[in-house]
Amino acid sequence: MTGQTDAKLEQVCKIIEKHHSDGSKLIPILQEIQEVYRYLPEEVIDFTARKLKVPAAQVYGVATFYSHFALTPKGKYLVKVCNGTACHVKKSIPVLNAIVEKLKLSEGKMTTDDLLFTVETVSCLGACGLAPVLVINEDVHGMMTPTKAVAEIDKILAQEAAK
Amino acid sequence: MTTDKFVLVNGQEVPIEGEKNLLELIRKAGIEIPTLCYHPKLSVYGACRLCVVEIEGRGIQTSCSTEPEPGMKIKTHTPALRNIRKVAVELFLANHKVECPTCDQMGNCKLEEIARKLGVNEVRFKKKKDFRPADTGSVAIYRDPDKCVLCGQCVRYCKEIHGIGAIDFAFRGKDTYVTPAFDRSVGDGECVNCGQCAAVCPVGAIVVKKHISPVQKALDDKTKTVVVHMAPAVRIGIGEEFGLVAGPETTGKMVAALRKLGFDKVYDTVYAADLTIMEEGTEFVNRLTKGGVLPQFTSCCPGWIKFIEEYYPELLPNLSSCKSPQQMMGAVMRELLPEQLGVKNEDLFVVSVMPCTAKKFEIRRPEFEYTKGKRDTDEVITVQELARMIKGSGIDFANLKPEEFDMPLGDKTGAGVIFGVTGGVTEAALRFAVEKVTGKVIDAKDLDYKAVRGSEGLLEATLDVEGTKLRIAIVHGLSNAHTVCKELLNGEVKYDFIEVMTCPGGCINGGGQPIDFNQAAKIERRTKQIYEADKNMPRRKSQDNPAVIATYEKLLKEPCGEKSHHLLHTHYYKRNF
Repeated sequence: MTGQTDAKLEQVCKIIEKHHSDGSKLIPILQEIQEVYRYLPEEVIDFTARKLKVPAAQVYGVATFYSHFALTPKGKYLVKVCNGTACHVKKSIPVLNAIVEKLKLSEGKMTTDDLLFTVETVSCLGACGLAPVLVINEDVHGMMTPTKAVAEIDKILAQEAAK
Repeated sequence: MTTDKFVLVNGQEVPIEGEKNLLELIRKAGIEIPTLCYHPKLSVYGACRLCVVEIEGRGIQTSCSTEPEPGMKIKTHTPALRNIRKVAVELFLANHKVECPTCDQMGNCKLEEIARKLGVNEVRFKKKKDFRPADTGSVAIYRDPDKCVLCGQCVRYCKEIHGIGAIDFAFRGKDTYVTPAFDRSVGDGECVNCGQCAAVCPVGAIVVKKHISPVQKALDDKTKTVVVHMAPAVRIGIGEEFGLVAGPETTGKMVAALRKLGFDKVYDTVYAADLTIMEEGTEFVNRLTKGGVLPQFTSCCPGWIKFIEEYYPELLPNLSSCKSPQQMMGAVMRELLPEQLGVKNEDLFVVSVMPCTAKKFEIRRPEFEYTKGKRDTDEVITVQELARMIKGSGIDFANLKPEEFDMPLGDKTGAGVIFGVTGGVTEAALRFAVEKVTGKVIDAKDLDYKAVRGSEGLLEATLDVEGTKLRIAIVHGLSNAHTVCKELLNGEVKYDFIEVMTCPGGCINGGGQPIDFNQAAKIERRTKQIYEADKNMPRRKSQDNPAVIATYEKLLKEPCGEKSHHLLHTHYYKRNF
């Protein structure tokens, strides 16, 4: 475990070095760090603040301002349900509800206990022609219905079970 | 500066004389515009929306963020503006934990004052229900985020004036609040306890942590002998709480008030300031003549000490090993008073009255334990707390007959008095060091070292002492300390002596002083008063303090000697945060 922690911290150091420890690059640095951990752990925020010579309170401020950043671990699969105007009109909420129900989540708890899934809503993914839209990690799924959405989740669950 | 450029404010021609915004220009014209988020020394934030004015052709704008332009026609108190301000205040009140009678800021609250002035007599909006716990973890300040109006003055002060940034805004929109990272206590982070966030907070969201109870408990305990000493800048500030001007009268009244409160002995920290000069001055002359580490940093400001431990540990060898006057006072008292007063150290309770909130942190440092479980100084109260104790004890301060300090630890010189202002420690040290180096007595008329007086955040002076050029830097506001430390480490500058005070203006503007939201005016006024106090002293050089001379004869033998080393000097270490 320690070895893994060190390896991740080494990646953080590389990210910071790549950005020349420049505090004004805080947002891209945090984005890349979040890719390593899938969230921003407290000790990593402190570490980054010290390295960049930016106050930890400021880094925390940035990390809590943008909903993109997470302070608690996100699941391996990030499910973004678009709830922009077009998707909303095309019934994105039933899609969301179906996924939430399938994964036994609730408001305030949008990550599964096994850290496999995190469900989020986003305001617009810019793919209104495909409304309602679902994005799982990098894959876009258009013209969703509750049934289709749950099928996508089942597919992932089957894949994971096979591993 | 004369100019033919005017702004028409409510029909009155007001000349533009380099004001950076309309608000300053309007206030110059004697028109009061309410603000919660504006501070002349900080970046413009424009969040409170109270300073709105109507500009002909441009509509309604915030005057704090609008530059004056010749020919502008503005109105400051139209019905529309009055309405905007009232609604804004109602919104603030809906978001604010209103508990005025028990609020520490009561009497100094800007929101309350503005609401009253604008005639806000109801809040039509639904009250916010959020409840965030108060931060009680710092010994210097107390934070209650539910009272915060998000003006951001504390955030900007800490970041811009001190280069620290211990607190910042977190989250977004209606969920925004001011906090250290991860809701930790401000006492656990890089905060240096200067208390300036409390000094600028317009409401009771950040206030000085009060330690009146333990002091009162000691006063009420008949088995305790309670002694008190007060810092130079305290005599400058205390009168403001009672509508009096600083001076010997007010100082004498304060001594009388302390006796009425039940303190057994009233001493003067200025005695210890003089002692500090003997030690720190000798240390400096030794470093200078024996090839020690230079420049020598002063070490009397506990905010600065924590700052250098955190940010520049590699410069710790440059820090004078002298304890601060408060800690020297405590150590000397523990050594001398048991015999003098016929009391055991366990029963001696030492209180200091300070203009400073960081002193509350300093007495609790592990370095300053006298014996196990017993500290050199038992408790610190600020000027604010002393005033509250006096007011709460039914003492008619203004009509008290002035009294004298107890001797010998109440004896003092003007050199010790000016410790309370930026440049003062340097000037006091010069009055000692120059005599020591040249072996000649400085003429009374030459005691004012004007070169080291001034309000610049980073003041440089070079002094010729019989062919030796002393390069001096005087710094206040820790952003300036960042600058000097970085330049020193990069080898860009060379100095022999550097004085650092955390608070702009020095201790006269400490976080524990009476609240006055006009920083520039209070610094100017109190600076004048403290130099005046020095001028009126019969003795103005630390080495002439009879009590200090006696202390060396009886106890210490010589400055920087073995006994001094044990009692009056210490070591500071790198600190992680």
